[in-house]
Amino acid sequence: MNAEYVLKRFLLFLAVIVVAVSINFIIPRLRDTNPIKERLYQLAAQGGVNVGKMEEMIEVWEKKFGLDQPLWKQYINYWNDVIRLDFGKTIADFTPVINEIMRSAPWTIGMLSVATVIAFVVGTVFGALLAWPKTGNFVKIFVPFLMTLSAIPYYLLGIVMIYTFAIYWPILPTSGAYGFGVRPEWSIEMVLSVISHAIMPAGSIVLTSIGFWGLGMRGMMITTMGEDYMKFAEYKGLKENRIFLSYGVRNAMLPQVTGLAISLGTILAGSVLVEVIFAYPGLGNLLYTAISSNDYFLMQGIMIFVIVSLGFALFVVDLLYPLIDPRINLQEQQS
Amino acid sequence: MTNFALSVENLKVYYHTSGGPVKAVEGVSFNLSKGEKLGLVGESGSGKSTIALALMRSHKPPAIIEEGSINLGQTNLLDLSEENMRKTRLSGISMIPQGAMNSLNPVARIRKQVVDALSDHSFKFKKAERETFLRELMESVELDPKVLNLFPHELSGGMKQRVCIAISISLKPQVIIADEPTSALDVIVQRQVIETLSKVQEELGAACVLIGHDMGLMAQFADKIGIMYAGKLVEIGSVNDIFKNPTHPYTRLLIESLPDTKGKRPLIGIPGLPPSLLNLAPGCSFCLRIEKENRKEIPWVEISKDHFIQKCDICSDYGKVKTKK
Amino acid sequence: MKALKLINDNRMLTAGIITLIFVIFFGVIGSWFVDRERADVGAGRPAQPPSLDHWLGTDQQGRDVFADIVYGTPGTLKIGLIAAFVGVGVGTILGFISGYFGGYIDNFIRFISDVFMTIPVLMILIVLASLLDVMSNTMLGLLIAAFGWMGALRVTRAQVLTMRERAYIQVAKLNGVNDLEIIFKEMIPNLLPFIAASLVGASAGAVLASLGLSALGLGPQNEPSIGLTIFWVLHYGALIRELWWWFMPPIIVMVLLFIGLFMITAGLDRIANPRLRTKV
Repeated sequence: MNAEYVLKRFLLFLAVIVVAVSINFIIPRLRDTNPIKERLYQLAAQGGVNVGKMEEMIEVWEKKFGLDQPLWKQYINYWNDVIRLDFGKTIADFTPVINEIMRSAPWTIGMLSVATVIAFVVGTVFGALLAWPKTGNFVKIFVPFLMTLSAIPYYLLGIVMIYTFAIYWPILPTSGAYGFGVRPEWSIEMVLSVISHAIMPAGSIVLTSIGFWGLGMRGMMITTMGEDYMKFAEYKGLKENRIFLSYGVRNAMLPQVTGLAISLGTILAGSVLVEVIFAYPGLGNLLYTAISSNDYFLMQGIMIFVIVSLGFALFVVDLLYPLIDPRINLQEQQS
Repeated sequence: MTNFALSVENLKVYYHTSGGPVKAVEGVSFNLSKGEKLGLVGESGSGKSTIALALMRSHKPPAIIEEGSINLGQTNLLDLSEENMRKTRLSGISMIPQGAMNSLNPVARIRKQVVDALSDHSFKFKKAERETFLRELMESVELDPKVLNLFPHELSGGMKQRVCIAISISLKPQVIIADEPTSALDVIVQRQVIETLSKVQEELGAACVLIGHDMGLMAQFADKIGIMYAGKLVEIGSVNDIFKNPTHPYTRLLIESLPDTKGKRPLIGIPGLPPSLLNLAPGCSFCLRIEKENRKEIPWVEISKDHFIQKCDICSDYGKVKTKK
Repeated sequence: MKALKLINDNRMLTAGIITLIFVIFFGVIGSWFVDRERADVGAGRPAQPPSLDHWLGTDQQGRDVFADIVYGTPGTLKIGLIAAFVGVGVGTILGFISGYFGGYIDNFIRFISDVFMTIPVLMILIVLASLLDVMSNTMLGLLIAAFGWMGALRVTRAQVLTMRERAYIQVAKLNGVNDLEIIFKEMIPNLLPFIAASLVGASAGAVLASLGLSALGLGPQNEPSIGLTIFWVLHYGALIRELWWWFMPPIIVMVLLFIGLFMITAGLDRIANPRLRTKV
């Protein structure tokens, strides 16, 4: 792997961070009011605040949040904070934003990664088998079903699933990450509870994505099977399994993996709604809460966290890619 | 039964399309002795590549072998089970493909691609033995053994072709098929590849079928030449016979069309186009080219020792006025 | 008949087009027959199951569900179309420039596109949407388009790069045809299939995004759209209250839309890549 390649990818990663942070900084300041004022007005309307001294209070709070300083200074302060992972405090109850994020992140990361990995692996294997002429017909039965599912957005499926499995025919819990009475510690009860609560949210993602990965892989395999090296592999008298795996799948996988990297962002986005529907306490749900209560700092914090994590994940994938495709060392990948 | 390395009898391969059968190979027969080299020549679409695929039993639907037998030594390849045919490929009969550019797995190193063939044919080696074997194999095709550690994209076209040759001879087959092994290469590399091919083939004592349309190449390399036209073998004979005494009108036209290095003469092509193989009418297919018709069964006639042609009364004398070389 | 054969060979594409047309008609023609007011709050008694008066019953706020989705469908479709056309339009033009002129312009455009692609779009949309006070369906469409141009750019650019070196372009140049004519006569017709495919994909993506944003409450609240319906469904806990007549129909309409778009994409794929035509 050469240095130029790594450097390029890293610069991209940095660029993404800079753009994201800057956008995050600029946009709210395009509005006339700022979140502090709004929140205070809100509180005033609810009668929780001494209306007479509003002006003074606003000034004090603005100073506290650093909103009285010139714009460029605010920008620098902002960067300072971001680097130290200090995203401020939530407007709702002044808990540090970073704490809220850290509390919710594991749930999202856990569920999403498990769901994505299962969907990707099962889907890819399925797709590869579908393309291989010697596969039995048993596999082919699933195709229309999965194809249909892949067209539907996860959350719609999620809604249907909740209704079917939690309300109409209640075998699974409707919401949350674990049951109410269960203590969050490492116990069998907890583990089971977590799993049963994760089945539907993860399930809706898995079911809709399997079809997607499967079809993609099938297309890739078909293209690969037409390649000359597959023919030569046959002339060599290689065993069928080896041709399928080392020559076929191994090559067809490359664009699949690229596809995975590209779709990480979309998967994450879709999961927001899934979490909301299932009241799953992850980052998506946190974001939704932040939006509903106009909790500006929380929103920003989540955004940056997500963008940076995603950027980092992509960076790592980019670094790993040459390991599976030896041709990449020489030039930028032309996907 | 005499002992031929390869003996093909009345091979018929048809492609079944929705419009009817396309008779890509229509009753082709020939024999090859041990160490003998056959050059199979013909225009595009004459059926040469289909024969190559059929010999390896790697033809795919809608191509079906309708009739005939392919005998490797005493064994009819068409009678073998799938698994036995797989084992026979590379060890009994092997094929060097046309486009070596893309015939190697892009994500595996060369060593792996040679060794996996060995493993799947149940050749077990201890590491030291294996390395010696591989080194000798590479040297036999004039490649530096270091090539084994490289990926295909790190090799030049000629090197890749030689790797394919190496793989094709690694299990010492009795018959080697080379399907236009030099078409994608430049002239200098072509020569190197053909020289390498000759050398290994001689060392092995394997029979060889070289498929192509470059008559000059055939003249240098082959012992026998077979001319394919519209799915049929129209003439077969020793290299000398074919070049000095081309008898079938199509062969004559082919030889005539070769540019003359000795004097200047306008280039002569072959008029007309090959017929469509879809629902080809029975009888002489060359007649159709010169706008004649002969629907009768054309006999396969030996006109001198080991020199056979499809003798059609109507078109046999076409173009015979030209002086012979 | 030739037309019948054409349809039979492209069954998937036809099925997709029919489904899509059905959904569009449902919204467009439906609105001719159904009163707009019935889709407003208080049109009927709240939370009524289907009856002769209200074919799909009413929702928690008294809207006639049938009317709601009849008007919501074109609303959603509008967002999707605006987003798709603007997005693909911009993407295609940029992709063309990038591929045709190459060099610094290419590097620059690609860099920007890469950065945008790395950023999780829905997140940005969520934040942006939450900051804009009033929004119309059109605005939502444009917003989504702002993040949807990258796909079309990639595809167009790749195609232009391939075409540039192809023989027929070189021949045209040698024949003295000027650049502009080459672009219009030779290149664009070859780009059309890709543009069409991008449009379909972009529409699906845009509808998806709009549903997501609206369902979170970030979309336009004044114009009907299916996403908005879903928002109210979630907000009022229709699931727990088992108001199936309220949440199932919009889901069904959307599923039909997506399946239709999907089949069109698959159908187009099969045409473009004949090897995919094996019967699976």
